[in-house]
Amino acid sequence: MTAVLDASGLGKRYGHRWALRDCTLQVPPGRVVGLVGPNGAGKTTLLHLAVGLLQPSAGQIGVLGGKPAESPAHIGRVGFVAQETPLYSTLSVADHLRLGGWLNPRWDQHLAERRIDQLGLDRTQRAGKLSGGQRAQLALTLAIAKRPELLVLDEPVASLDPLARHEFLQHLMEAAADDGVSVVLSSHLVADLERVCDYLIVLAGSRVQVAGDVEELLASHHRLTGARRDPDRLPSDQEVIEASHTDRQSTLLVRSNGPILDPAWTVEQVGLEDLVLAYMRRAGEADRARKTHLGSVG
Amino acid sequence: MIEFHLNASSGVSPYQQLVQQVRRALVLGLLTAGDQLPTVKDVVAQLAINPNTVLKAYRELEHSGLVAARAGVGTFVTSTLSDASRSAHGPLRQELESWFGKARRAGLDDESIEALFQDTFRSLDTQGVA
Repeated sequence: MTAVLDASGLGKRYGHRWALRDCTLQVPPGRVVGLVGPNGAGKTTLLHLAVGLLQPSAGQIGVLGGKPAESPAHIGRVGFVAQETPLYSTLSVADHLRLGGWLNPRWDQHLAERRIDQLGLDRTQRAGKLSGGQRAQLALTLAIAKRPELLVLDEPVASLDPLARHEFLQHLMEAAADDGVSVVLSSHLVADLERVCDYLIVLAGSRVQVAGDVEELLASHHRLTGARRDPDRLPSDQEVIEASHTDRQSTLLVRSNGPILDPAWTVEQVGLEDLVLAYMRRAGEADRARKTHLGSVG
Repeated sequence: MIEFHLNASSGVSPYQQLVQQVRRALVLGLLTAGDQLPTVKDVVAQLAINPNTVLKAYRELEHSGLVAARAGVGTFVTSTLSDASRSAHGPLRQELESWFGKARRAGLDDESIEALFQDTFRSLDTQGVA
């Protein structure tokens, strides 16, 4: 099966600063992919590269087996909802649907109207007068009615209140269930994505820290606690993501594909949020170490 | 028809929670053979969860022979857990009650009882007994 996103050595540079670098990913189709990372990690850059709004400075990216936005037909296969869900504030809800019909060859007017009714939106209302939640839902409707194979959403729920957030995700998941559209959505809060995504990409410090199937990630990460010891002396198949020590105790978060057999450790499962935070902290430390090193050289 | 709910702080994965809720409904007789489970789309729309989570739960239930999917119609309960096992509930509950009595007389509080129960359950589970 063709990967939905296929990046190798992908990078984007603005002047001297790399917004994204060494990004190598293969996302299988039919998944709901969560792209998580702190603000400024490169999430929007990666999404903009995927939809063809930006050109890479290094490496390649393939989307649905083609180059991003390589043809009008390819653009039609990808739905994109940008951050802050931009709409034409003076145009009405009905105008937006009409515009969607003109611009998109595979436009499904019936689906769009059904969703507008479901949401209880007034068709004559100007987009500028809609609430944040309604605007997000209208933008989602426009993207879904394109009948895309891939739906890309940049921070779709960041500005919504909890109720609007839940309603938005309900509709998004319903669309994903309906015709098996693949979804990539970003957020700086993993809690927003925990229930909806089955594939996770953690981006921090312009680099992919970890990516994979959520269940596989959860099954392969463990928290170990036990008497203090040197983490370098663990079996070679156990990678330490994070370690903290007191004078007596060591607490490690490790990635290991096999079971942890050493009886000296108390082994616990790690939740998705803790897992993501551990990778982000590790990226932050590596970043600081690099800067200190550069500082001492220069 | 049953309605699912998810407990975010239980530490049990969403898919396992769905499986458990169907099993519990079967044990309690809320679901019996012939009943339909909510469609994947309905569950997804209600809980705002990933469709693959629901599919996985339904596949596991199907694999244990409790439900069967009929193409284009939905997923239906094929067997019921209650008849065979429910008759065993009474005697088991009595044994458990007398065990609780013993535990209390030995000075265990609720927390210690629960910890002991969970710990025994887990160690039996890893030995493949439970």
